[in-house]
Amino acid sequence: MRRFEYARPSTLAEAVGLLAHEGERARVLAGGTDLLIRLRDRTLTPAVVVDVKRIPEMAPAISESGGWVRVSAGTTMTAVMESQVMRTSFPALVEAARYVGSVQIRNRATLAGNQCNASPAADTATPLLVYGAIVLAVGSAGERRIPLDEFFVRSGVTTLGTGELVTAIELPMPPGAVRSAFQRRTRRRGHDLASVTVSVALADDGVRLAYGSLGPRPRLMVGGPGSVDGLLERAMSEATPSPTSMRAGPEYRLAMLRVLGKRAIEAAA
Amino acid sequence: MTEINLRINGEARSYSVEPHHTLLESLRDDLALTGTKECCLVGECGACTVRLNGAIVDSCLVLAVEADGGEVQTVEGLAAADGLAALQEAFLTHGAVQCGFCIPGQLMAGDDLLRRSPHPSRAEIEEGLAGNLCRCGCYYQIFDAVEAVATGNAAK
Repeated sequence: MRRFEYARPSTLAEAVGLLAHEGERARVLAGGTDLLIRLRDRTLTPAVVVDVKRIPEMAPAISESGGWVRVSAGTTMTAVMESQVMRTSFPALVEAARYVGSVQIRNRATLAGNQCNASPAADTATPLLVYGAIVLAVGSAGERRIPLDEFFVRSGVTTLGTGELVTAIELPMPPGAVRSAFQRRTRRRGHDLASVTVSVALADDGVRLAYGSLGPRPRLMVGGPGSVDGLLERAMSEATPSPTSMRAGPEYRLAMLRVLGKRAIEAAA
Repeated sequence: MTEINLRINGEARSYSVEPHHTLLESLRDDLALTGTKECCLVGECGACTVRLNGAIVDSCLVLAVEADGGEVQTVEGLAAADGLAALQEAFLTHGAVQCGFCIPGQLMAGDDLLRRSPHPSRAEIEEGLAGNLCRCGCYYQIFDAVEAVATGNAAK
């Protein structure tokens, strides 16, 4: 790994000031399960690594207030899986978190970091999209609430500005019964990256379907009650799976999108 | 260099590390705790598994400075003063060790699973050890060893 300076701010204001000052020279370190790999292979060579885990607002916490559940940026996949409110209200997200890496990775990787890395195959992206998640970010200009669907741009790129820091992911508590499910295809059981991910959420007032690993970013589709089969057909025609990925060919991914989409709809219903 | 304070296998240590060195490098090179192995360096093989603040992690994906103020347990800290831990004995009894390179990580993951879930099913054992690869292919023997401890048959 190339040398860098290590900063461990103890307040949010200190972190925001540091990131504003360092700009592109800085990288944020949360769980580190993606960042350390990129530091080692030198695809990233920051001058400063800013460890945000000791900032009180970022400390691992899942809390509920005013109809929203807040998952702080330091919250790991393991904590998401073990949370009672998550298991009760956002089961597709818990299911997706269970599939991230291994025990060792889930003990370290954060839900917020999984979004910030913006991998098209990110397991937790599609359930967060169908649950209507919001990304909370702070920068020197103040706080922004960014709907997750407006956060992803393409692999590794988000609409987060230089110097902006994600502090939490927020999920609206469903007003009534929401039936949801997550499905995923990999080459093998256990520790592997997904070649297709699909989530669906069916509510009385409408349906949401999201898919990942079939284009440069995870996609969300929204429709009226009863339209979920139509959404899946539209997903089939709009998906753009990579022709060169080593994990699965485009024809296979599209075929599996149909299978997993139908399974997710059945599991949610 | 940055000064860090750790408890490693129950012993308090204060020493200086380079900020760009991983916990794995620091354990092996600064503290000569070479039981923890370096292998894939991308968090896929689990050979570098250690317990950090009560949760197992891949130490190749943690900076040594991140562990400052924390509690670390390595495979060297698994055995009791009077002999091997039951899980280590079970690995020997069940022929779970061939070349041995992955074993420190397998032991740390197996130990962690048994702490969280003292009576895991076979499927839970497979899932608990999914982050640890064995190129000798001793998976069944490793699962058998963990299962034996879980059912209290390790001594047989």
